[in-house]
Amino acid sequence: MAFQDFVRGNTSPTQQARLYRVGVLVFCPPCPRQRGTTPPYDWNTFEKLLIANRGEIACRVIKTCKKMGIRTVAIHSDVDANAVHVKMADEAVCVGPAPTSKSYLNMDAIMEVIKKTRAQAVHPGYGFLSENKEFARRLASEGVTFIGPDTHAIQAMGDKIESKLLAKNAKVNTIPGFDGVVKDADEAVRIAREIGYPVMIKASAGGGGKGMRIAWDDEETREGFRFSSQEAASSFGDDRLLIEKFIDNPRHIEIQVLADKHGNALWLNERECSIQRRNQKVVEEAPSTFLDPETRRAMGEQAVALAKAVKYSSAGTVEFLVDSSKNFYFLEMNTRLQVEHPVTECITGLDLVQEMIRVAKGYPLRHKQTDIPINGWAVECRVYAEDPYKSFGLPSIGKLSQYQEPLHVPSVRVDSGIQQGSDISIYYDPMISKLITYGSNRAEALKRMEEALDNYVIRGVAHNISLLREVIVHPRFVQGDISTKFLPEVYPDGFKGHKLTDLERRELLATAASLYVAEQLRSQRFLGTARIPVAKSKRSSWELSVRLGDGIYPVAVSKDGSSFSVEVDGMKLNVTSEWNLASPLLSVTVDGTQRTIQRLSRNASGDTNIQFLGTVYKLQILTKVAAELSKYMPEKAAEDTSSILRSPMPGAVVAVSVNPGDTVSEGQEICVIEAMKMQNSMIAAKTGKVKAVHCKAGDTVGEGDLLVELE
Amino acid sequence: KEQKDFVRKVSAGCRISFFLSFAAVKYRDWLSCGRGKLTARERILLLLDPDSFDEYDMFVEHRCSDFGMDSNKNKYPGDSVVTGRGRINGRLAYVFSQDFTVFGGSLSGAHAQKICKVMDQAAMVGAPVIGLNDSGGARIQEGVESLAGYADIFLRNVLCSGVVPQISLIMGPCAGGAVYSPALTDFTFMVKDTSYLFITGPDVVKSVTNEDVTQEQLGGAKTHTAVSGVAHRAFENDIDALLNLREFFNYLPLSNRDPAPVCECHDPSDRLVPELDTVVPVESTKAYDMLDIIHSIADEREFFEIMPSYARNIVVGFARMNGRTVGIVGNQPKVASGCLDINSSVKGARFVRFCDAFNIPLITFVDVPGFLPGTAQEYGGIIRHGAKLLFAFAEATVPKITIITRKAYGGAYDVMSSKHLRGDANYAWPTAEVAVMGAKGAVQIIFRGKEANAEAEYVDKFANPFPAAMRGFVDDIIQPSTTRVRICHDLDVLASKTQSSPWKKHANIPL
Repeated sequence: MAFQDFVRGNTSPTQQARLYRVGVLVFCPPCPRQRGTTPPYDWNTFEKLLIANRGEIACRVIKTCKKMGIRTVAIHSDVDANAVHVKMADEAVCVGPAPTSKSYLNMDAIMEVIKKTRAQAVHPGYGFLSENKEFARRLASEGVTFIGPDTHAIQAMGDKIESKLLAKNAKVNTIPGFDGVVKDADEAVRIAREIGYPVMIKASAGGGGKGMRIAWDDEETREGFRFSSQEAASSFGDDRLLIEKFIDNPRHIEIQVLADKHGNALWLNERECSIQRRNQKVVEEAPSTFLDPETRRAMGEQAVALAKAVKYSSAGTVEFLVDSSKNFYFLEMNTRLQVEHPVTECITGLDLVQEMIRVAKGYPLRHKQTDIPINGWAVECRVYAEDPYKSFGLPSIGKLSQYQEPLHVPSVRVDSGIQQGSDISIYYDPMISKLITYGSNRAEALKRMEEALDNYVIRGVAHNISLLREVIVHPRFVQGDISTKFLPEVYPDGFKGHKLTDLERRELLATAASLYVAEQLRSQRFLGTARIPVAKSKRSSWELSVRLGDGIYPVAVSKDGSSFSVEVDGMKLNVTSEWNLASPLLSVTVDGTQRTIQRLSRNASGDTNIQFLGTVYKLQILTKVAAELSKYMPEKAAEDTSSILRSPMPGAVVAVSVNPGDTVSEGQEICVIEAMKMQNSMIAAKTGKVKAVHCKAGDTVGEGDLLVELE
Repeated sequence: KEQKDFVRKVSAGCRISFFLSFAAVKYRDWLSCGRGKLTARERILLLLDPDSFDEYDMFVEHRCSDFGMDSNKNKYPGDSVVTGRGRINGRLAYVFSQDFTVFGGSLSGAHAQKICKVMDQAAMVGAPVIGLNDSGGARIQEGVESLAGYADIFLRNVLCSGVVPQISLIMGPCAGGAVYSPALTDFTFMVKDTSYLFITGPDVVKSVTNEDVTQEQLGGAKTHTAVSGVAHRAFENDIDALLNLREFFNYLPLSNRDPAPVCECHDPSDRLVPELDTVVPVESTKAYDMLDIIHSIADEREFFEIMPSYARNIVVGFARMNGRTVGIVGNQPKVASGCLDINSSVKGARFVRFCDAFNIPLITFVDVPGFLPGTAQEYGGIIRHGAKLLFAFAEATVPKITIITRKAYGGAYDVMSSKHLRGDANYAWPTAEVAVMGAKGAVQIIFRGKEANAEAEYVDKFANPFPAAMRGFVDDIIQPSTTRVRICHDLDVLASKTQSSPWKKHANIPL
């Protein structure tokens, strides 16, 4: 029987009693609601609430529930049985196997759990069933409160076309162009031509940037139509598409609104979410550097007008595109809690989940518009398990072998739903956490973010810390000169990691060499008395050769008390640290500059991976003698990568469009891989004949798996 | 005056050695041209601490006078091997390094005598012997003298076995009788692409069995680390191998008279490992990686795995706990469900016996569904080979700590360092299932499939650690995240363990 079953009480009472006796169960007993103590709120609330979600947002909601004295029920799929949200909740029920359509989207199973656990309310989080009107309707028919707007608002705003009409009627600025239902590719092309290129194509039912494609000509429109309709069908079960004018170089700024069931609505200021990759947000902040008070008020008032027009209640977000002349256009309204809500909470001091629960219980809003402040500045980075060096982020999977959040940095908030040992699987969103920092001004918040990113320990999966850190220190970002095109404009050839300046390179080399020497010195320190005495080394200087990228640098290190004096490129640097070689984080001071670095790995062959300024650098450190001799070592032949196609990420093969013997031209699509609800077209790197196909539609493939070989 | 003579002699010797290294430089190009090898002296330079090498027998020459071997141009001071002693991270080691540039590193009487001398010293002093093998084989010109030399070395290999650790690093060809010296040592490492070990080369194989096989296929690093299990690990190139050997050396005690070494350690011994609470999957049929557990428990996640590509259903290797070297044995559920078969039993047994011989505590992680059934295994002698692992664990008197992470079924439960085999600390995680067999099979035998709820009953009764814990067969059921803390505490206490077996000439392990 599994350990987890013991913890959750699936054991016989005698076994449980034994376990308590031996002390195995004390660390995670079922958390009874504190009876007899008055909750710190002077109002009635729900007894028990079910969270129809997983991951960080489920944990986020449970936290507020705990604060409010509400018992919580978590649902989970079988692979999530050990997940953090399951452990945090008072009760947890499995609703099905790993695929979301069979678990977190399985309404029948969830309704069953609600009945069984007698939950009075359901918080849907974001994604999954959060904007599903059918779910809201079924809950209503069972007399269970849905923490969110009513079905009418969900339906009206969930449909891109209807929402535009409503917005127009509420005198909200809308994007110039055309909106309509698209039946086939030809019609898509006709509509696109009418609007004029470029156009944007996406699933009507889809939220955020998922499934959004931009077409600049007829051919791309057809391709976009094909992909979007497929994704619309597979992800939302709704084939409808939307085509509209694409605004070049826009900013994405959204207004958080909060409305009650009594006709009151507030706007809680804006969030700037322009830093995106593939139309998915990466860095968000509040407030925006771009808005002046008038624009902010105009946007807020329009957002509130729209909310009122649909009789909105609960928290919602009105997304706008803002062009360079501060004209803003309504994009869509998200009738749920947004991923990036923490930045708004930071600057306004409101707990949005708590307000949502209050409103759902029927209470009027506690605040007036004049009560809503902008206190300081908050920045959020979405930390993803993905490889930022592949088109700004392709999903990565694996086990978090080490995981440590930078909570020791002041004014840092980390919303996460994972812990050391958690698996990042192909079934769900690869987000690891949301890292939020706060400061009295933007510079302070960004400085703290830099520190927080450096102090974030994530091992076992690829992650995008390097990209995030580069973005927040980029001069354009620091000045606030951003748009949704920021990443492709700043990194036209793709993200390549931090580019070291000469000074930084010297710092890195000096640090790495000092670490090497510290390690060497330690490996000569044996404890206890030996039968044959260990020869004490009197050595105090080392000549090393460090390979970094394509360069090989001679480095001379000499021990100078507890610090090292390192000579690189004819410059002398002083390196001090505690040299705790077991700690995942190392604080090193090089010539007075303090840096937090992480040594990810080392081996006896001198290979060392060091995370420095967010980016991981591969170094090889050898003694001068070994380095000189290494030129005699045979070169191992590298694999020719142009004639083979490997999967860039773990996922499922959706389609294979070639057979062995086919001739393909460079750039031609060979197969399509889907991972984490994202489809990727794999193309041929050269023209040639297909030698072998190693996958078929429906296969699950791992990162680096061989898909197709060319001759 | 005598002293002056001596000094002159030595300086002459030094000049010769300078000349040798100059000669070596000339051979350099020839060696590296497509071969990618270092010279014998370069290897010693990289293996030992700087300036710590004391060479022996630099003036020894071969004694062969046939076939023109006694001409001056055929005499090389030191002959085809460099021997001596030195320090690795300050600790004493005896080294011999065969020199392929002298008669192809072939073994002459003098060559063997030099090796024997360092081995005798090593055994006497109590320090490990490291052999860097790169030899074409016997010195044919010397005939039986060369064969005698091999036997002298073999004898010393056997006499040193269990007295001082012996390590062979194969850095070139090693064929014929010569292979038995590495085979007798405790660890055999190889260099990929440049080293070969075989009894007879591809030509002889072709003429005898008509098989077409390359050197690499017959006796390359890949063959011996993955198929035959002759070599314990392979490294990328000479430098890589020597640097790894230095690191490996730090795990070993100098002799059977020394305790396992304790290094300075920065990893706290009371570190909790929270991920272990969730590492075992809920479904008992699902696999997980035992290496995840080992890495997370060991100091600084460092684990020097022995035979990583052979019999992967058992994991063995060295790690440190609070600085002290430990030998870790673990069933690997990821490969063949972690069952014990012939190869894994032999691999485990040899490792356990090494640790026992050299006072290295054993930590065993158990998740074993039993011995592998089938004709292949039975015909191959799984009974005899499985008994080796049983024998090894039972006779070991070093501190033995066992953690049952999940399955401990049937005879395999007994074998894997159980309490009954003198285990010192035997723990079970709450996920442990200590039973004669899986619930399904057991129910079929007990009830012949007639009882509907029997399986659930059996699971409740036996698929948990309680029956074993109530009988004292496991000492405690522990929270997985505290495993490291428990092991470190136990090791501190058990450091003074003494245990002896009845007097015997030697035991008779079922070979």
